[in-house]
Amino acid sequence: MSAFIEFRGITFGYPNEEGVVSDNVIENFDLKIEKGSFVAVLGHNGCGKSTVAKLCNAIEVPVSGKVLVDGLDTADDEKTLDIRKRVGVVFQNPDNQIVATIVEDDVAFGPENLGIEPKEIRRRVDEALKNVGMYDFRFFEPHKLSGGQKQRVAIAGIIAMKPDCIVLDEPTAMLDPRGRHEVMSTVKRLNKEFGITVVFITHYMDEAAKADRVVVMDKGKIVLDSSPREVFSQEDKLRKIGLDVPPATHLSKILSKDGVKIPDNALDMDELFENIRAILEA
Amino acid sequence: MLSDITIGQYYKGDSVVHRLDARMKIILTILFIVIIFLCKNFLSLSLMLLLTVISVLLSKVPFKMFFKSIKSILPIILFTVILNIFYIDGGTTLVSFWIITITTKGIFTAIFMAVRIICLIMCSSLLTYATVPTALTDAIERLLSPLGLLHIPVHSLAMMMTLALRFIPTLIEEIERIMNAQKARGADFESGKFMDRVKAMIPILIPLFVSAFRRAYELSFAMTCRCYHGGEGRTRMKQMKLHSGDFVSLGVFAVSLAGVIVLNHYFGSLI
Repeated sequence: MSAFIEFRGITFGYPNEEGVVSDNVIENFDLKIEKGSFVAVLGHNGCGKSTVAKLCNAIEVPVSGKVLVDGLDTADDEKTLDIRKRVGVVFQNPDNQIVATIVEDDVAFGPENLGIEPKEIRRRVDEALKNVGMYDFRFFEPHKLSGGQKQRVAIAGIIAMKPDCIVLDEPTAMLDPRGRHEVMSTVKRLNKEFGITVVFITHYMDEAAKADRVVVMDKGKIVLDSSPREVFSQEDKLRKIGLDVPPATHLSKILSKDGVKIPDNALDMDELFENIRAILEA
Repeated sequence: MLSDITIGQYYKGDSVVHRLDARMKIILTILFIVIIFLCKNFLSLSLMLLLTVISVLLSKVPFKMFFKSIKSILPIILFTVILNIFYIDGGTTLVSFWIITITTKGIFTAIFMAVRIICLIMCSSLLTYATVPTALTDAIERLLSPLGLLHIPVHSLAMMMTLALRFIPTLIEEIERIMNAQKARGADFESGKFMDRVKAMIPILIPLFVSAFRRAYELSFAMTCRCYHGGEGRTRMKQMKLHSGDFVSLGVFAVSLAGVIVLNHYFGSLI
């Protein structure tokens, strides 16, 4: 598979008041994200994972190194719009990314900016709202929706632009468990059914466990990069950088250490439940 | 509760007036204001009053709502009435003592002025009651778009208005949250002298401003990410189209204008 987004030797830092970059948020960062994959970027607050999101669609440009999106260099000003058409970003606070006073108008905002024909926008807006399960709410005012619903509207606003890739920067951090579940299953479906590449930035282990690949970051560097099962088997390493493993994985490990003959790497409760049932039936 | 607040003063409905094109409604309102200032006698004024009442009835917005908006400018109406009663001379003198003289003409003029102001208020309230705020900003943008040729940033202004409307409920929620947080720490907003209460607002306003700026910053990121780059090359999903109803209402207003001119001509002027 070809890399859709490629970070090549990125160093990035935010300038201080004098405009000098002193502290690097990200250093010597290399990452390739394949087309159609579902990648979770996991890390502690301030580890630079949100910066990764901003580098993906040319909101920030690296101090050194290159970010290539579908072969386009994000440092090239003329390509900025093309890059943003390909990579949509959903942010943490749903309130601060909804532009219009009516749900369907908000979803239309992106396509309108792209100068698409009104009839086609209508079609895309309806389709996008159906895909995130918010079609029945199309005439609602955003402030009358729950957090999870608002975030799904924000996602609809991105997919109406037909991007190849969606970057979600802690989209569930401000949501209740139900909202988190809604958003996660929506994103998962978009990835499976429409082949949209997903970069899911989070600090929730159980969400990262649902990805195809987990990239763990600490202090601006990649510490682990593998399948969720592989990553969460390294509990000590994760704990050392202040991260956890999903509860189900932790419990599996304790049980298998105590002599219960089950695999020690279940990712979620359903899997653990199946494992336990298997040995009880045996 | 706060979730029930409606933005602007829109009154939800699906009447003939609600369905009119927002651009036409703005034009008609301006036309109405012009015509009502052309009225010179009671006949032409009552024609406009009739037009106002018919429009209000068609909109199905309850009269109660209009009383509210009239009440808010009652001092201005009273001021005009009193001023006219005492300062207009002519006709038969009714009362005259010391420096005060009240004449019939004065009283007629006062009534005339009051009716005129009430018609104005009812008509402009009707515009905001029967039009969704976003449709209004949209319509203003489209009507003013020729000004773009004079390098006036019409699109940006309309976008700012839309965003302001969008964030009113969000900021109200925020105020409530901040107030609760301050109350939890013992802040007192209800008692004390006026100045004390004003001072008590400072710990609410500062966090509100800080968070509003933070929101604006994040919103600008989100808008950039959604390829916002100003009004250039931008299309709209909802096209505004004039329907037969829009032309009919324009026709009615044009006939009223003609009627007012004729009535003015044949029945002389009161003022």
